[in-house]
Amino acid sequence: MPQNEFVVQMVGITKVYPNGIAANRDVDFNVRGGEIHALMGENGAGKSTLMKMLFGLEQPTEGKIIVNGETVRLTSPTVAISKGIGMVHQHFMLVPSLTVAENIVLGMAPTKGMFIDYKKAVEITEEYSKRYNLLVEPDKRVMDIPVGMKQKVEILKALVRGAKILILDEPTAVLTTQETEELFRELIHLKEQGYTIIFISHKLNEIKQITDRITIMRAGKSMGVYNTAEISKEEISRLMVGRDVVLAVQKDKAEPKETVLQVRGLTYTNEWNKKMLDGVSFSVRQGEILGVAGVEGNGQGELVEMLFNLNRPDAGSATVNGQEIIGMPQDKLRALGVSLIPEDRMTYGIAGAATIEENLISDRIDQKRFNKGPLFNMKAIHAESEQLIKDFAVLCKSHQQKVQMLSGGNIQKVVVAREFSSNPKLIIADQPTRGIDVGATEFIRNKLVELSRAGAAVLLVSADLNEVMELSDSLIVMCGGKIAAYFEDTSTLTDAVMGEYMLGLKSQSDEEIRRVCHEG
Amino acid sequence: MSQLWEMIFQSEFLFSVIRITAPILFAALGAAIAERAGLTNMGLEGMMMISALFGTLTSYWTQSWIIGVLCALLVGLVLSLMVGFFALKLKTDIILAGIAVNMLGSGGTIFLLYMFTGMRGNTGALVSENILIPTVHIPLIQDIPVLGDILSGHSVLTYLAFLFVLLMWVLLYKTPVGLSIRAVGENEHAAESVGIKVRRIQYTALAISGSLAGLGGAFMSMYYSQGWNSGMVAGRGFIALAAQAMGQGEPVGTMLSSLLFGLAQALRTKVSALQGASSYLVSVIPYVATVLGLVIYAAATIRRVKKARRTKHVAAPVEEKE
Repeated sequence: MPQNEFVVQMVGITKVYPNGIAANRDVDFNVRGGEIHALMGENGAGKSTLMKMLFGLEQPTEGKIIVNGETVRLTSPTVAISKGIGMVHQHFMLVPSLTVAENIVLGMAPTKGMFIDYKKAVEITEEYSKRYNLLVEPDKRVMDIPVGMKQKVEILKALVRGAKILILDEPTAVLTTQETEELFRELIHLKEQGYTIIFISHKLNEIKQITDRITIMRAGKSMGVYNTAEISKEEISRLMVGRDVVLAVQKDKAEPKETVLQVRGLTYTNEWNKKMLDGVSFSVRQGEILGVAGVEGNGQGELVEMLFNLNRPDAGSATVNGQEIIGMPQDKLRALGVSLIPEDRMTYGIAGAATIEENLISDRIDQKRFNKGPLFNMKAIHAESEQLIKDFAVLCKSHQQKVQMLSGGNIQKVVVAREFSSNPKLIIADQPTRGIDVGATEFIRNKLVELSRAGAAVLLVSADLNEVMELSDSLIVMCGGKIAAYFEDTSTLTDAVMGEYMLGLKSQSDEEIRRVCHEG
Repeated sequence: MSQLWEMIFQSEFLFSVIRITAPILFAALGAAIAERAGLTNMGLEGMMMISALFGTLTSYWTQSWIIGVLCALLVGLVLSLMVGFFALKLKTDIILAGIAVNMLGSGGTIFLLYMFTGMRGNTGALVSENILIPTVHIPLIQDIPVLGDILSGHSVLTYLAFLFVLLMWVLLYKTPVGLSIRAVGENEHAAESVGIKVRRIQYTALAISGSLAGLGGAFMSMYYSQGWNSGMVAGRGFIALAAQAMGQGEPVGTMLSSLLFGLAQALRTKVSALQGASSYLVSVIPYVATVLGLVIYAAATIRRVKKARRTKHVAAPVEEKE
């Protein structure tokens, strides 16, 4: 094997944390120069730990790391950067109130005398921005730019520091469809210029689309390296989870009954005078899953906010079983049987520093059975949380573990366990499987179907086209704050048709759309 | 009432506003620089107390006001590094470390004073004119009517306090250290990931913070009250935290809110001199001002946060099409 074939060789890497958990066991990981290499695995499979060691954030317990043929000890990110390794973290490492240019030169700011040469910083930013075709606005504050641009700033930060090997940790988790496409073009452009990219992702389609080779990890071990072109999606998922994940959800035909949620003429204009919701009307019936598809930012987020009283519409109404819910406090909403899986689970779904148990019972602590006079009935509470943890297969040490210590998929399972176990009449699921592993995704999707067949009304908002098309019985497409199309039956629907409505190329007539109100 | 208005519109009153503002400003700038690095320097009050004592004692021992001021600065610096050591190295809560310094400031100083001099409660007897911080008459400005009376004739340290507003602005916004301080304060991990030495930056900010508190202390004992006494700082360290919060850590904003508090205190002094005014009611003016100021600040913050939250969904992916 010629020495220069691999730019990164991680040999026999074992990482045991002080608490005894082995995150990596004897992992080999080799990356060729100039390739896009996928690192795949479920949450908690050890990919992040492996990459942290490559970026100097953690040190391996055993094994060695060879970069460009030289054995290195990566004791800090600074050392890793000096070896030409850059990392774009999943949670951006940016300072919001600083400008794009300031963020890019942070820690290595050009100076004139003892002062910062800001003009030079802007010049550097523009130069790199042009060279790599990563368009950013140097003078804007990071807090004012969209997510896609933030990511470009992160990539530029690494490039300015001389990175030749870029680690991208789930870069598309926060991006819209267009932003993802754009990112892929940019990554391919970088690859053509000789850069090496390590791409961490859960999404099979993306991996197939842009990577050359794949390393798959499971339970801290490497399951081998494969050429992307020669491995099927089914095989990848089998290697990741150790069994065949059924990508198509099994479900019986829906038998919708009475209307549960009835939304009429919901309208909302945000503070920049952009009409985010424009006369949205639809109904969701017992026993059906109504999907809401659309490119992100077309009003879906606002719709959910209005329905769960996180914001107020300018006009319109929404009723659950005949009762007006606009402006209704959340405890009353829950008493009516409305459940929410929020898009931002870390903010609205859980209290990170609280225990699993506390999170699980947070919506039902008022109930008599959990109280004994002025005190909690801890026995009943423990029993309840243990049962939920079992029913929803939350992988944890105990019910007293802090929720934030869990992996993304298990955190979402905690949210889902609480929201699904309160006997909901209406479930609002906003991006229920975003950024979580295949196993948890499958679990949550099946639960949604199960609950709907048992008589709950489900409103499913998702930017994942596969998810929304497979899970929904019928489906609306939102575009520019309006419903652009309604499909009563999703089984015959194709991506191409959906795309035309999502991107606003087509829209149905008012009569066709009005069918979703199920009136007369 | 008309009596009051007359007093307020005298140049003498505005002169006193500036004089009263100076120690608050020192401490508030100290609070601001620490806050920008993500640290709350709760111990400003105690740092002022202790450095005020050492300032006045050293000036007496050496018969030099300059050495006294420098000693006060040094004591403030050492105390803040101590807080840094406890909070950053030993991982205690920084608020608790600050409170410890405050308690040391209120109880320990009386003990130290007795130990060094045998005096109880104040150093009035040690003070003579030559070891107080001198006042300066600014050549041209002092001849301008009204304005000259307000702006000229302050102590060296008063001018220094306002000069520090400019210096801190330059430090924060024009130098690499300032950029690092702001980055560390806002997103420690981001700073760390680009190789900024986070701990070093935090110690630097704390050291500046403590030094400023030291100067504020020196101002109190070596100029304002002409000698140290146990009730002298009187909550200025806490008012400074409020001023910093209202000024949102911006040097100029911090100065403006410090001036507001200075105005409130000056007003109290004036009103209490009026006949018929209840001294109890009057003495709460500065604290009412503090509470009002914080309420306004909190309301503004809530609105800002709400707006940020509400606009979060509009991440404007549509823009790229244009």
